[in-house]
Amino acid sequence: MNAPVSVETTPRRLEAASAILFEKVEKTYSGRHGQNPVTALSDISLAVPEGAIVGVIGRSGAGKSTLIRLVNGLEQPTAGRVVVDGVDIGALSEQALRGQRRAIGMIFQHFNLLARRTAYANVALPLEIAGLPQREIKSRVEPLLELVGLADKRDRYPAELSGGQKQRVGIARALATQPRVLLSDEATSALDPETTNQILALLRKVNAELKLTVLLITHEMAVIKAVADKVAVIDGGRIVEEGSTYEVFAHPRHATTRSFLSALTGANLPPYVADRLKAEPGPGRDALIRIVFTGGHATDPVLSRVARLLSVDINIIQAQVDEIAGRPFGVIVISVPGDAPTLSAVTNAVERLKLSSEVLGYV
Amino acid sequence: MFDFTFGLLSPAMVDLILEATRQTLYMVLVSGLLGTAIGLPLGVFLATSRPGELFAAPWLNSALGLVVNAARSTPFIILVVAIIPFTRLVAGTSIGTNAAIVPLTVAAAPFIARLIEASIREVDQGLVEAARAMGASPLQIVAKVLLPEALPSITLALTLAVVSLLGYSAMVGAVGGGGLGDLGIRFGYQRFMPEVMAAVVVVLILLVQGVQTLGDGLARRLDKRHRG
Repeated sequence: MNAPVSVETTPRRLEAASAILFEKVEKTYSGRHGQNPVTALSDISLAVPEGAIVGVIGRSGAGKSTLIRLVNGLEQPTAGRVVVDGVDIGALSEQALRGQRRAIGMIFQHFNLLARRTAYANVALPLEIAGLPQREIKSRVEPLLELVGLADKRDRYPAELSGGQKQRVGIARALATQPRVLLSDEATSALDPETTNQILALLRKVNAELKLTVLLITHEMAVIKAVADKVAVIDGGRIVEEGSTYEVFAHPRHATTRSFLSALTGANLPPYVADRLKAEPGPGRDALIRIVFTGGHATDPVLSRVARLLSVDINIIQAQVDEIAGRPFGVIVISVPGDAPTLSAVTNAVERLKLSSEVLGYV
Repeated sequence: MFDFTFGLLSPAMVDLILEATRQTLYMVLVSGLLGTAIGLPLGVFLATSRPGELFAAPWLNSALGLVVNAARSTPFIILVVAIIPFTRLVAGTSIGTNAAIVPLTVAAAPFIARLIEASIREVDQGLVEAARAMGASPLQIVAKVLLPEALPSITLALTLAVVSLLGYSAMVGAVGGGGLGDLGIRFGYQRFMPEVMAAVVVVLILLVQGVQTLGDGLARRLDKRHRG
């Protein structure tokens, strides 16, 4: 990870290191028929490092669609700047913007393939638009269909392809003009989980092989977990949390992030426990503690060590070990006797092992 | 040779019907082509010039919409009479098949424009957005996305326009335009020859059926939205 660079002292360098840079971006839609203007985005500052996969996650209406459309100028910010590869998108003429868009590929939730063009002709479209001769188009389209694994489907129409195959055509089409940046607008939201994983694997592959910077928006934390190096959580038009995917997953700070993560990181207690959960300790109540295992400790036999050391009874309510951004990550929820001495002994022991713990409540 | 009329029509009458059919086809074909030549670009413009669209020009869009609506709401028989000076200017005469093409075209162009507009507006806006993201110019979007994707729908629209023109062409008989409608009125009605009237109706039905079948088949072949 690059060391943080201050914008004030060396603005040029920061632009060079970032493929996409949002600087205090604001987007307001003027109200129609005397209605109040709607603010879709406010005070967005985000750097997408070159060659990275950055995910923006948010609920529908959070402003993420607007955010991604600012990058290729489909939307223009009302304030602030969006800089792609050192070029201020808002400062370009319509003509220059068209040229710049060829350096930015985009894939869509509903694929947006032309129904009356075959897979081959769909991939060829951006090259026809760029005015390339047929011979050169052919020499570019065929390797791309090969890359996305659809060489045998080149003469099929979209209606004859599955959702995953359509998105592969979409990816090949987005790559046709050899862009340096790929924008993914909910590209897997219309696909089933297995197909989603295949498409995400393909995104990772093109990211690695073509040194392509990827900015993706999604409402699924699983997508972020699978591919993103860095994540920004957007809510109500603002970025509420941002950081490396691993850090955000391990130590989510904002409530929105926590709710997105709940299904993936075991913060969702089973109903029979959650229903009885009290905030205050009481006689005979057990304490519920959530322990996050990160990095090297994720695979340590922490619990048995604590149990042996303190000779307390530990009950496992929920446990999950996973891998995020290639690093092991675990979450466990345990219950221990809820009296104050036992509780503090356990939390101290956990802290001594350099793990973070949190008392969720008492049952 | 087998007599298709079962002896109901004299050979001379058969010749008249054939000649009238030829005149009707000529009028419909020429006014259909001219109407499309005017209506197609007009329809594309109406569809793409609304606020926020490719060629956004809300004022011009409203003005053209008004003209189109005015032409569409004028009953055809009144239109024929009302534009006689214009017809004389263009065709040199106000009587005959060539003169009839003028009001037919004037009626067909706004009708076709509205049909094309509807076809273009049916095209998924996501495709337009994808094309913009590729760096396509507005004209490229029309040529490479809107028109090709709307083609099956446009084919059905033009089929409908031709069928309507077959109906309109029967009315220009009133101003000496010739064709099947003219024949039906003069012989079938005014001379009370029901067999001629029946023959005219049968020929028109066959023409409409033929045009519709052709259009449906063509649209089906162009439409790739179904599997296989």
